[in-house]
Amino acid sequence: MSYRGYEAVIGIEIHVQLSTQSKIFCSDSTNFDAGDNENTSPVSVGMPGTLPVINRKAVEYSIKTGLALGCDIRRKSVFARKNYFYPDLPKGYQISQYDQPLCENGSITFKVDGVEKTVSITRAHMEEDAGKSNHHGDYTLINYNRAGIPLLEVVSGPDIRSPAEAAEYGRTIRQIVRYLDVCDGNLEEGSMRCDCNVSVRKVGAPNFGTKVEIKNINSFRFVEKAIEFEIERQIDAVERGEKIIQETRLWDPDKNRTFSMRTKEDAQDYRYFPDPDLLPLIVSDAMVEQYRKELPELPIARAKRFQEEHALPEYDAGVLTMEKDLADFYEEAAKQSNNFKASSNWVMTEVLRELKDANKSIKDSPIKPKQLGQMIAMIDKGTISGKIAKTVFQEMWQSGKDPEVIIKEKGLVQISDPAAIEKIVEEVLAANAKNVEEYKSGKKNVFGFFVGAVMKASKGQANPELVNKILQEKLK
Amino acid sequence: MDLTFASITDIAEAVKSKKISAKEVAQHFAKRIEALDGKLNSFTTKNELFLQEAEAVDARIAKGEDVGPLAGVPFGIKEMFCTKGLKTTAGSKILENFIPPYDATVVARLKAAGVVVMGKLNQDEFAMGSSNETSFFGATRNPWNLDCVPGGSSGGSAAAQAARLVAGTLGTDTGGSIRQPASFCGIVGVKPTYGRVSRYGVIAYASSLDQAGPMVSTVQDAALTLEVISGFDKHDSTTTQRAVPTWSKNLKTDIKGMKIGLMKEYLSSSLHPDVQKTVENSVESLKKMGAEIVEVSVPLSEFAVPVYYLVAASEASSNLARYDGVKYGHRAEFKNLSAVELENFYGKTRGEGFGKEVKRRIMLGTYCLSSGYYDAYYNKAGQVRRLIMNEYLEAFKKCDVILSPVTTAPAFKIGERISDPLAMYLNDIFTTSTNLAGLPGMSVPFGLSQEGLPIGVQLTAGHFEEQKMLNVALALETASPVKGKNPHVI
Repeated sequence: MSYRGYEAVIGIEIHVQLSTQSKIFCSDSTNFDAGDNENTSPVSVGMPGTLPVINRKAVEYSIKTGLALGCDIRRKSVFARKNYFYPDLPKGYQISQYDQPLCENGSITFKVDGVEKTVSITRAHMEEDAGKSNHHGDYTLINYNRAGIPLLEVVSGPDIRSPAEAAEYGRTIRQIVRYLDVCDGNLEEGSMRCDCNVSVRKVGAPNFGTKVEIKNINSFRFVEKAIEFEIERQIDAVERGEKIIQETRLWDPDKNRTFSMRTKEDAQDYRYFPDPDLLPLIVSDAMVEQYRKELPELPIARAKRFQEEHALPEYDAGVLTMEKDLADFYEEAAKQSNNFKASSNWVMTEVLRELKDANKSIKDSPIKPKQLGQMIAMIDKGTISGKIAKTVFQEMWQSGKDPEVIIKEKGLVQISDPAAIEKIVEEVLAANAKNVEEYKSGKKNVFGFFVGAVMKASKGQANPELVNKILQEKLK
Repeated sequence: MDLTFASITDIAEAVKSKKISAKEVAQHFAKRIEALDGKLNSFTTKNELFLQEAEAVDARIAKGEDVGPLAGVPFGIKEMFCTKGLKTTAGSKILENFIPPYDATVVARLKAAGVVVMGKLNQDEFAMGSSNETSFFGATRNPWNLDCVPGGSSGGSAAAQAARLVAGTLGTDTGGSIRQPASFCGIVGVKPTYGRVSRYGVIAYASSLDQAGPMVSTVQDAALTLEVISGFDKHDSTTTQRAVPTWSKNLKTDIKGMKIGLMKEYLSSSLHPDVQKTVENSVESLKKMGAEIVEVSVPLSEFAVPVYYLVAASEASSNLARYDGVKYGHRAEFKNLSAVELENFYGKTRGEGFGKEVKRRIMLGTYCLSSGYYDAYYNKAGQVRRLIMNEYLEAFKKCDVILSPVTTAPAFKIGERISDPLAMYLNDIFTTSTNLAGLPGMSVPFGLSQEGLPIGVQLTAGHFEEQKMLNVALALETASPVKGKNPHVI
């Protein structure tokens, strides 16, 4: 994509908070709702003599994420110390991975405005989070609950070319980690944090321009906006003949602009070296194979399968696979109903609308997918009409009861007995002799009136097809 | 039983069989500490609750419980070990008033085995030093000659043990900090194989080299104490899963046919004549007992000292970053403390809290790890370190145990070398390579200098071959010309 003859070069680092029960190097809880410094221990506040011990679950989650991102998993990766001073960093160093990260050389493919885009994943490495500083005028309070929360930092190659691609890249990563159930993907609570590296260059220029890092953006909409602003700002600067300064900037969502946080001159020398308290992390082939086996079908593959095996339109497949739980819901309903398109329609329209109105997630849907499938099968069998189904659906949403139970209780079974319908038709025609004459004299549009009257008389339970057929016969 | 000179093994037996109570034992040693430590300055903190601990041991014995192999044995613990509720300073002002909320794993294991903790023992600040003179709490004195250093960094442990202020002590060894003071004070000190003993709760100096070990009066006591503190710890990923052998039960003096390696490099270095004599005597004794003497070579040990100081200082610069005045320990006073003054805050706090030697090593380590120098220093040191280890592995194909001096000379005078750090560093020439290679090593007393100062000899074995090393040590102990000799100063 060209902007006034310039091209943007964007790379993104995403910190994914792994949703383990305990911290990465000790058994402290990771519960988000804990009181200040409640989730701490001598290890997480870096008391003298304490040592880190790696959390097996965090390794598992990292490997699964790496595999889902198409990465090679290093059989021997190394934890390194990143040394710097800050009050919320209890040990004076952060345990991270440096020259030998756990995951490398992956890529993901997604669609932006209907066009397929592939972005390489340079690496994904494990690290611990720091605590949180709360500044209050002339003093600062520190909460170490976050210190030691496991993170996986996913680093993309400089392959992204537009703000829209950047946002979609982020959403895709989010979708994948949520599919894997290794991160809740909640940007507002900091479960995912985004740093974007942005530079511009003349279209066709061989070298990258000077990059600027925008740190800690907490929504993908803001990622898009911040990059948009930054591209324009940098092009303006270059056009004015200014040099881009290598710096770290922050996004101000209220003013819709980025602003400088620190320049490269303040940059730290982190003095990375292998952490002598942790032996190299050895991952066996068996472990990798086990985790590979446990990987769920990922969104893109699943959407493709829904299109191929279920003959769903691309749009439906895309919507249904947005979240794993939604796709699971659809698939179970479809398995029950054996009607893919109808299941898709019901899920995409009725279910999603009700969830949205009730501000609920699919997991909390009062209607279980099996129940929805049963209901759809009953429509197909002619037990209920599509119209009755709407009533049944509402009733299911309210009570959570099985469709059969509701139909029985409310007497909503469709009348498909021709004799019974014939009787109602005859009664309607007899009661409306005047309209019958009109119809027979050529006023064919009265037909709809008869249908309505029959349906009304049957309390909506008459099979509409049969009603049509019998009416036509009787009116000949 | 003469309690003062009784071994750990004898005290534990007597307490368990109710010949004497743990309380009486503790009181006996408490009196000695009161009477004599004023001369030595080996204790930094006395455990006010020692009598309660002793009474608890007696109560358990009265109930018929198994109190463990060290029942009622009074111990002194180096300042480097965290002790729950008991001040732990690492010999530094920066931790002057630090009281840990937990016990180091080794301390917990000693307590579980029935030990009574009498107090904490002086050391060089953060174990950086070979003389005990860098302690914030003042130098410890050598009980054999109060004008001399006890060695370091575990000098407080060595002095307290040699003067029999306790029945056993615990030290740490990063580049010789157990073996050198053990040699200077005439006691037995063991640095086990790296990974044998948990480092959890041991204040870190150089993580890849640090190892805790016993500093006691006899080889039997060393074996027994080592058994108690060794073994896998789920809080320390660098500990081995291997089972802990029963060294104390398998000890034997029969070393017939064992091959004792003499390192060519040691033989050619310039030694104090008394040290030279002691090593020669020990070799003669071993020959008489049927050991075969073979020459081995570890040529790269020439570089052990520089490699050690690069590795140790680098790791230390990172390990000591946590002492920043934010969470615990010393904090510099500021009138107006704001975020803008953060750098000053760190600078002033650390400037006040750390002593000269610690600052020197932090500076050195920071430099070694900084970008542009990492490859030339830290990384290169790591490569040489691996080569040194390989040479040792080769050497151990030819022999069971290597015998060498511990230091070039016996204990020196207080103040004699403190202004010459390089001379002090070279003091570690015979001990550092053992740590670099992760091997077990120990010092056994085998001589006295003309001036009446103890001299030990060093034994080094292959990884996890502590038994061989302890057996040779026992043989030497049996034949030792200084057996039963104690410091006459106190």
